[in-house]
Amino acid sequence: MSSDPTPSNPTAADSDAAAPSQSRRSLGVGRVLIVVYAILAIGATSRAVYQMATVYSTAPVAITLSALSGIIYIVATIALLRQSRTWYRVAWVTISFELLGVIVIGTLSILVPSVFVQGSGVDGTVWSYYGYGYLFIPLVLPVLGMLWLRSRRALFSAA
Amino acid sequence: MIGWYTVVEVAVAAAAGVLCLVLGLFRVKPGDLSMGATALVELVLLGQLGIAIVAPLVGNSPTGSLLEFYIYLVVALLLPILAGFWALVERDRWSTVVLGVACLAIAVMAVRMNIIWTVQIA
Repeated sequence: MSSDPTPSNPTAADSDAAAPSQSRRSLGVGRVLIVVYAILAIGATSRAVYQMATVYSTAPVAITLSALSGIIYIVATIALLRQSRTWYRVAWVTISFELLGVIVIGTLSILVPSVFVQGSGVDGTVWSYYGYGYLFIPLVLPVLGMLWLRSRRALFSAA
Repeated sequence: MIGWYTVVEVAVAAAAGVLCLVLGLFRVKPGDLSMGATALVELVLLGQLGIAIVAPLVGNSPTGSLLEFYIYLVVALLLPILAGFWALVERDRWSTVVLGVACLAIAVMAVRMNIIWTVQIA
C-alpha cells in the first residue's frame, strides 16, 4: 500500500505497446514450419522451372500445376513470416489451397495418371500421389500450418 | 559420381540433422556443436561440387540431367548458409531445430542427386 501505484501504469502501457514485437519474437516453433515451407517452395519452384525448360510438352498439365504449387508455397512462406492481419488471411487462403490441391490432385493422379504422372516422373507435381515424391510432406504440412495459424488466431482477430 | 562419397554425404547430413534436432528438443541454443555439424555438411557438399565439376571431365558422366543435378546441389549448398545465418540472428532453440531440418533436407536431396546422376528410370 505504501508503494506508489503510478509507476505500474507506464509499465502496463509499455507491455501493451510491446505486445506486437512480443508476438513477433515468439514465432518459436513456427520458425521450423516456415523453414520447411521455404524448402518446399524452393524445391517445387526450381523443379517446375526445370521441367518447363526441358520436358514441358510431355505433361503440360502436371508441370503447370507444379509451377502453380511452387508459387503458392512461396506466398504461404512469406505470409507466415509477415505479422499482420492481412498476411494472416493470406496464409489461411494459401494453406487451405495447398490442402485442397494435395487432396484433389493426389486423388486425380491415381484415377487419371496419364495427365498427372506420365512423362514427368513419379513426382510430376508435388501433389501427385498425395506428395509421395516429397515424403508426404505436402499432405502433412498444410495441416500443421492450419494448427499453427489457429493457435495464433487471438493475435490477429482483434483490431 | 563416386558412390562412397554419396554414402558419406548422406550419413554426415543425416547425423548432423538428427544431432541438431535432438539438441533443439533439449532446448540447446545454436552453438559450436550444432553450427559445426552444419558447417561440416556444407564442407561435404562443397566436396560434392568439386566432384561434380571434375567427374564428367574424366569420363564419369551423369546418366540423367546435369542441369537438374546442379539445381539440387546449388539449393543444398544454400541451405546451411541460410539456416546458419538465421541461427546467428535469432539465438534460441528453434534455430537449432531449423539447422537440423536443413541438414535432413540435404540428406534427402543428396539421395535424389545420386539418383539423377546414376539411375534413370523413365
